[in-house]
Amino acid sequence: MRIRTAGVVALFALALAASGCGGDSDKPAAKESPKAAGGKLVIWADDKRTAALKPFAEKFGTENGVTVEVQAVSKDLQTNFVTASQQGSGPDVVVGAHDWIGNLVQNGAIEPVQLAAAQKSAFNETAIKAVTFNGQLFGVPYAQENLALIRNTELAPEAPKTIEDLVASGKKLKAEKKATETLCLQVGQNGDAYHIYPLYTSAGGYLFGAAANGDYDPKDLGVGKPASIEAFKKIGALGEKGEGVLKRSIADTNSIATFTGKKCAYLVSGPWAVADVKKANIKYDISAIPGFAGGKEAQPFVGVQAFYVAAKGKNKALAQEFVANYTTTPELAVALYNAEPRPPALTAALDQVKGSDPDLAKFQEAGRNGQVLPAIPAMAAIWDPFGKAEAAVIGGADPTSTITAAGKTISGQIK
Amino acid sequence: MSTPLSGPGSATQTPGRGPVDSRPPRSRAAHHAPITLSGLVGKVLLLGLTAGIAVWAAFPLIDGEKWAGLALLAATTAGLFYLYLTRRHIPAKYLVPGTLFLIAFQVIPVLYTASTAFTNFGDGHRGSKDEAIVAIQTSSVTQLPGSTEYALSVATKGDPATGPLVFLVTDPATGTVSAGDTGGLRQLDADDVAVATGGKVTAADGYTVLNFGQASARSKEITDLVVPTAGGALRSSGLSRAYEGKAVRAYEAGCDCVRDTATGQTWTADEEVGAFVAADGERLAQGWKINVGLRNFTRVLTDENISGPFLGTLIWNFAFAIGSTGGTFLLGMLIALVLHSPRMRGTNLYRVLLVLPYAMPSFAMLLAWRDMFNADFGLINNLFGLDVDWFGQPWTARFAVILVQLWLGYPYMFLVATGALQAIPRELTEATSVDGASPWQSFRAVTLPLLLVALSPLLISSFAYNFNNFNAIYLTTEGAPFPADNPTNGATDLLITYTYRLAFGGQGAEFGFAAAISLFIFAIVAVVSTVGFRRTRKQEEVYS
Repeated sequence: MRIRTAGVVALFALALAASGCGGDSDKPAAKESPKAAGGKLVIWADDKRTAALKPFAEKFGTENGVTVEVQAVSKDLQTNFVTASQQGSGPDVVVGAHDWIGNLVQNGAIEPVQLAAAQKSAFNETAIKAVTFNGQLFGVPYAQENLALIRNTELAPEAPKTIEDLVASGKKLKAEKKATETLCLQVGQNGDAYHIYPLYTSAGGYLFGAAANGDYDPKDLGVGKPASIEAFKKIGALGEKGEGVLKRSIADTNSIATFTGKKCAYLVSGPWAVADVKKANIKYDISAIPGFAGGKEAQPFVGVQAFYVAAKGKNKALAQEFVANYTTTPELAVALYNAEPRPPALTAALDQVKGSDPDLAKFQEAGRNGQVLPAIPAMAAIWDPFGKAEAAVIGGADPTSTITAAGKTISGQIK
Repeated sequence: MSTPLSGPGSATQTPGRGPVDSRPPRSRAAHHAPITLSGLVGKVLLLGLTAGIAVWAAFPLIDGEKWAGLALLAATTAGLFYLYLTRRHIPAKYLVPGTLFLIAFQVIPVLYTASTAFTNFGDGHRGSKDEAIVAIQTSSVTQLPGSTEYALSVATKGDPATGPLVFLVTDPATGTVSAGDTGGLRQLDADDVAVATGGKVTAADGYTVLNFGQASARSKEITDLVVPTAGGALRSSGLSRAYEGKAVRAYEAGCDCVRDTATGQTWTADEEVGAFVAADGERLAQGWKINVGLRNFTRVLTDENISGPFLGTLIWNFAFAIGSTGGTFLLGMLIALVLHSPRMRGTNLYRVLLVLPYAMPSFAMLLAWRDMFNADFGLINNLFGLDVDWFGQPWTARFAVILVQLWLGYPYMFLVATGALQAIPRELTEATSVDGASPWQSFRAVTLPLLLVALSPLLISSFAYNFNNFNAIYLTTEGAPFPADNPTNGATDLLITYTYRLAFGGQGAEFGFAAAISLFIFAIVAVVSTVGFRRTRKQEEVYS
């Protein structure tokens, strides 16, 4: 009896195991069949872009007899990509911001893309510069973005020429009770280096000097230098203990909402804010962020979204084909623009959509003198200390000791 | 020598006293539970599932040629089958599943963390040295200046799936077509080839041109195929273009260094840091993972940035954990006591309302609270007409985060305290009142001690949880306010948020360093918990 029970159990278990086995042997077979007909290309992108990419990916697939899968990675795409590609389970192509390049390259996760001279010249020069790292082109850009000054034209019909103009007109509106804030520029409790950067450059500060090959030089750190302290003295004068224009209570969570609620006439933000502004039925105009009177130009960061070829992808040849020869077509750039209105990096695509969307040209004009957001790994050490120093100075701390300490912290973290 | 209490025929059931040898060896089998159908089906299903998982796990192991892992898998599976198909080893049948899960989900992660702490694993140091070399070389391949861009078709002389690959390239200037393989380029007769507009070869005598599908199935061979030319080498860029390129940087085994052929500069491998370092100290970004011994641990102890604010952060960390746990416990218990009173009406409604904060996702609630504390636009200042910069001053920020924890955490304490109160017999408190004790005396002498016996383990685990409550800080203040001259350590920083900033806030993630710190934190929490549990045990001995 005992032996028989054990036998029955073993037999059933084996049958189940075999069915498990069968289920598994199906999978490789299923993988095999498209392989015979063609390869498989896996693309990782964030949620919004996944939806826009899908039809084009499918078109590329059917035209060329290959399978293309676009997978949405909604959180921490960069980290997930680096980890997955180290384990050999990453995608063939990834879509992301250009300031990832430094980190992706140091982890050996992406490879250079070889574009013909004619292909390169079809792009906006700044966009090509952004994806160039160590003299190599590491991605194909499709959209670029930068900050600009969005103003409520009912409250402020004229674009201010200087920060001082802006402050004066904003204060007047406040005195007339037409607005409660002078300027919606997000700071937050711990600062926001990206949004304060135009004012910082206008006041004479810089982050990294230029190396011989035109890249940013991590050894020449501008934070903590006398010019940066002077710059933050000017920023501090606009802060809570000064003019009250810059405030820590205005943060990423409420800056755009305060503008759309007509509580401030000016908003410093990017193309992503326009949808909300339109929804709130605000009459608006877009212009360059003004600089300090007698100061330098206010230079916003220019960021670029790009396609990258994964170095450890399984189908690199097809990935290169897709990135170098397919994403360089205007149709795809226009579709991605329709998914999220950021100015296309491809000049032909920009010309195509410029007519129906005048904001694009204005944003591009505002970013004309912009600086490419540094992609070097050292930039990761800037964000946090720089932002906190900004928040402290705006809160009324002494610029000299604050910025000197921030410079020390940053240089201590740069290898 | 059976005891007088044992019934007839119970001689074998009273072991220990009688001579052990006298028992027949098989007598135990006779006392097995009978085999039921549901038991049998359950056993078959579970064992089948085990086998299925084993088979599923075996394929990648075979693919990756991980024979040791495969042997372990086979041994574990065989062991499990043996254990549950035999009638012996009853205790093991109960212990093994738990032990396996303990190993898989506790022991291995802890060991992995511990082993990571001795490496420099992190951004720029993720893979092996060979991988770093490959990455350096491939990312230095540049197009030769002024060289030709060819239109490319991938072809073969043999079978499309296996035949040796050939690049058919068209020079756009002259229109001449050449065939290239590892032997170099050979020009083809113009009559033998058909060229589409744009220069791509569509057919060639003696060759089968691969379509994209066929070509991409052999992707790796295509990217690896390098056709030597006079100036450098012809490489594919995708499946329709080829360019003449050269890897500017190459690894030389002789000097264990990377040499830049354009500038002549060299970077020598430094096994101490896991990177190629030039004479002037410049490092190549692509490094590799090495063992650093105790370096991560000594850094925690000797780095001024870490050891300087460590004590202050530790004290606040204890204050936060004790404040959160103690506050929620007191509030939860008070409400539970009130609702426990027999004179209270509508208790069920109150209970539902009180548990609401517990039912909402804490993630969203933390963000909502953060906005409520906003100095100019927040609900709290607006509602009470205050002008407090909550997160801008150390003590208000600390008060605010503990207040948020109180709100989030008291429903849990209320629930467990209610449960524990209902388990305390009312006769005990009634007896004290008969003896003339005041309600406070009876609570102090009877209810509270009994409650604590039941809740102490929960309080200790709640303390350990709050000690490392990353979200509570990171989603509200992010550690703010920070002293103006020190952006790395804020007034509400816990050890975990502080070290997270140190390990991941700088130039890329440093997992090795983070692992070392987490071992330190583990040690602190382990000591506190052990002391706590010891005290609880003493208490239980007194009151039970």
